[in-house]
Amino acid sequence: MNFPILSSLILLPTIGALFLFFTKEKEGNNTTIKYVALFTTVVNFLISIYLWIAFDQSTSSFQFIEDRTWIEGFINYKVGVDGISILFIILTTFITPLCIISVNNSVKNRLRDFLIAILIMESFMIGVFSALDLVVFYLFFEAGLIPMFLIIGIWGGARRVYSAFKFFLYTLLGSVLMLVAIISIYWITETTDVVQLYEIGIDVKYQNLLWLAFFSSFAVKTPMWPVHTWLPDAHVEAPTAGSVLLAAILLKMAGYGFIRFSLGLFPVASEVFTPLIYTLSVIAIIFTSLIALMQEDMKKLIAYSSVAHMGFVTLGIFTLQQQGIEGSIIQMISHGLVSAALFLTVGVVYDRMHSRLISTYGGLVSVIPKYSILFMLFALASLGLPGTSGFIGEFLILMGAFKDNFLVAVIASIGVILGAAYMLWLYKRVVFGKLLNEDLKKILDLNRSEYFILSCLAAPILFFGFYPDPLINTIEVSVTDLINMHNTNIASK
Amino acid sequence: MENLNLILPEIFISLSIMFLLILGVFKNESSKITFNLSLFAILITTIITINETFSVTRETLFNESVVIDSMSSLMKIITLIGGFLVLVISSTYLKTFKIYNIEYPVLILSSILGMMVMISSNDLIVFYMGLELQSLALYVLATYNRDQLKSSEAGLKYFVLSALSSGLLLYGCSLVYGFSGSTNFDIISNQLNSEEYVLTFGIVFILVGLAFKISAVPFHMWAPDVYEGSPTTVTLFFTIVPKIAALTVFIRFLYVPFLNLIDQWQMIIVFLSIASMVFGAVAAIGQTNIKRLIAYSSIGHIGYTLAGLATASNEGIQSSIIYISIYVVMNLALFSCLLMLRRKDQYYEDIDDLSGLSKNHPLLSLCLLLILFSLAGIPPLAGFFAKFYVFKAVLEQSMYFLAIVGLLSTVVAAFYYLRIIKIMYFDEEQDKYDTDHSLWLKFSLTVSTILILLYFIFPSQLVEVVSRINII
Repeated sequence: MNFPILSSLILLPTIGALFLFFTKEKEGNNTTIKYVALFTTVVNFLISIYLWIAFDQSTSSFQFIEDRTWIEGFINYKVGVDGISILFIILTTFITPLCIISVNNSVKNRLRDFLIAILIMESFMIGVFSALDLVVFYLFFEAGLIPMFLIIGIWGGARRVYSAFKFFLYTLLGSVLMLVAIISIYWITETTDVVQLYEIGIDVKYQNLLWLAFFSSFAVKTPMWPVHTWLPDAHVEAPTAGSVLLAAILLKMAGYGFIRFSLGLFPVASEVFTPLIYTLSVIAIIFTSLIALMQEDMKKLIAYSSVAHMGFVTLGIFTLQQQGIEGSIIQMISHGLVSAALFLTVGVVYDRMHSRLISTYGGLVSVIPKYSILFMLFALASLGLPGTSGFIGEFLILMGAFKDNFLVAVIASIGVILGAAYMLWLYKRVVFGKLLNEDLKKILDLNRSEYFILSCLAAPILFFGFYPDPLINTIEVSVTDLINMHNTNIASK
Repeated sequence: MENLNLILPEIFISLSIMFLLILGVFKNESSKITFNLSLFAILITTIITINETFSVTRETLFNESVVIDSMSSLMKIITLIGGFLVLVISSTYLKTFKIYNIEYPVLILSSILGMMVMISSNDLIVFYMGLELQSLALYVLATYNRDQLKSSEAGLKYFVLSALSSGLLLYGCSLVYGFSGSTNFDIISNQLNSEEYVLTFGIVFILVGLAFKISAVPFHMWAPDVYEGSPTTVTLFFTIVPKIAALTVFIRFLYVPFLNLIDQWQMIIVFLSIASMVFGAVAAIGQTNIKRLIAYSSIGHIGYTLAGLATASNEGIQSSIIYISIYVVMNLALFSCLLMLRRKDQYYEDIDDLSGLSKNHPLLSLCLLLILFSLAGIPPLAGFFAKFYVFKAVLEQSMYFLAIVGLLSTVVAAFYYLRIIKIMYFDEEQDKYDTDHSLWLKFSLTVSTILILLYFIFPSQLVEVVSRINII
């Protein structure tokens, strides 16, 4: 029996949270608890890096598998990673420590509780990405609602209660149908083990309904148009660290779910519903990009841009082409980094000016140049400039889309232009122009920790922009195998 | 000669009741000793019952009118433990209202005795005897705080409506007896296979009467008023202990005498279940009093339990029993929290009284948070597994409509649980509550919260215990 590395990844943050729970919070002196949380997450990050190094890229089968009986004769606690999930795990462990460093300014009260919530959240997220049993997956998938509800509700802005409720109820509503589907799968196939399900397959006559049930959950979490409305509300009201978690990791759960479950378990249905996904994705790309153009609130703008980017992701997944799916995965990773960075950049000026409105700013380049440069990098990465990771993802997705459906690809390409439009316009209004607001003259440039966080995010964005091979090598075999499995399934039906 | 050892728990508890009554007559200031003795009596009875479960598979007594099997033993144990904990956390509350008298433990013991008779009954008359014994004790308990108008009102309301339902039940029993010629469940089961609609009347009357006792919609009207008016500890008793007994009887009726008439009752149970789930979820939204809200939420939870019963399978019955066991723990935890909302000898029971609780009492509110999320059925807490097992059983029978309606109503129900959490965590704080709670209250809250939180680590144990129950 090997060392249970995945379980320790899942458990470690919870243990850290427990530790925090028993430390007393002192007024004005929060360094201890912050260091405990930071230490836990950094260790977790290092473990996940080790996982990546030890990971065998030449095979698509699941690795580091742990399989224990959980409910006698029914559910096994089964976790494992393949090329697809490992990247998401690393993304999670990478973003969380940055979140914890960034809470310095944005969270004033109840810091200890906030850190506990974030750590527990990290546990659940890693659980989602490594679960190889449908019930275990559902458990982690849903459990994440509790800490996120509290993060939005306790530490959010003015309309936080409304946002928290909307977030919770929307996602719960989507998920209960998935639960029905999971239990039905158990009764159809007598197992909820994903690896076994891949082998035996699910009868074609059930696939459409089951696919729709999973879709209802993933569509809300992605979020896809028209059930995306919880996202802008939740983002705007969440504290910066909460937004970062939400955008960088939570949204990826659904994209991951689409690849792992919708494609893997229901190949025929995925083919059937591709037009639906295409339509919704294209609407999301165009429609939310237009909405983003009109936003006056920076956080809201980025939130809508997230919806548009996730539209690309779903589009890419359902092209069912090698490039499309690889592009989607890279786009998700890249969006995880870029949106985290953008929310943090907004958080930086929000902490100083307490305004998220674009009209408050203007001319920042002359007072805070370092900030402006980094902001530009992230804005460009978001619109997919070559040389940033955003480009690789979008390019591969569009390539896959052109292979599959010309019209959809053309419309989606228009979305790229719109994406450039709203990002550049945002950048122009915030950073360039005349410095009209008197208060802005006293604004301080990035402090050490902010500088550190943003550089940490900028480095992989640029690195993977120029040299995406590490990412592609990791996922390549798994994706190829997924597509082969898909094609054989289609051919046999 | 019958083997009276099998009903030793019942015999022991009846003797204890008589002894305690006599003690009460002859000894002044005997409340404290009566409380302790009755706790002791329940403890002994529990031990005897647990002991029994190991030796008995299925035995009958007195011309097969009493049955001892794995279900009855398990349900008796849950009843006894529930009764024990209710009694043990009651004392501070009762002392505050100056109703710390000997009658309270004696009444609780009598109703527990009634429930144990109900649980073991295999005969219409024995069943009715047990039912009336427990109901009469409950009527008095509801009015126990007799100086308060609301409490008397609750008792009277409960008495009138419950008497009506007992009447319906009795009428149904007489119809069934008329058709089968026997009061024994096993014999009825063999006799009843006709399609006569008068028989259907009999079944419907019995089901209505039982639905009344477990407060399933549309026979739930008494519950909110009675729950609100009764003293809080009695409400706690109401929400858990009688439900266990009534559920057992429900299972017995459906799966022993009426097993062959499945087509006739299945739709009724499905309807009761759906109506309770939906109504319980929707009606709770507008409540401002926590006890009323709990009343509606318990109506909803009964709906889920009934969903398991509607499946007509062993898995369904087992899932219902798992559900009710987890529900008992959750409710116990919830009421322990409620009993902690005390400030200078006054108890608070409005939702707004919880406002900002998390700032002054972080630990209490964390417990309450976990309990509420568990009641809402969010994983990985115990409440999720309860629902999971039920819907697993429901979907096994391909009852998709029931499952989907049930799960959608959990979303609605989640709203009002979230509202309480919102008030606790997001709103402004108020004055602090007293923290000098009795050790038992703290104990029951801690243990039940830990059970709720950590259930997911060892979910198999409960399933294993319950899987021994095979009625069909």
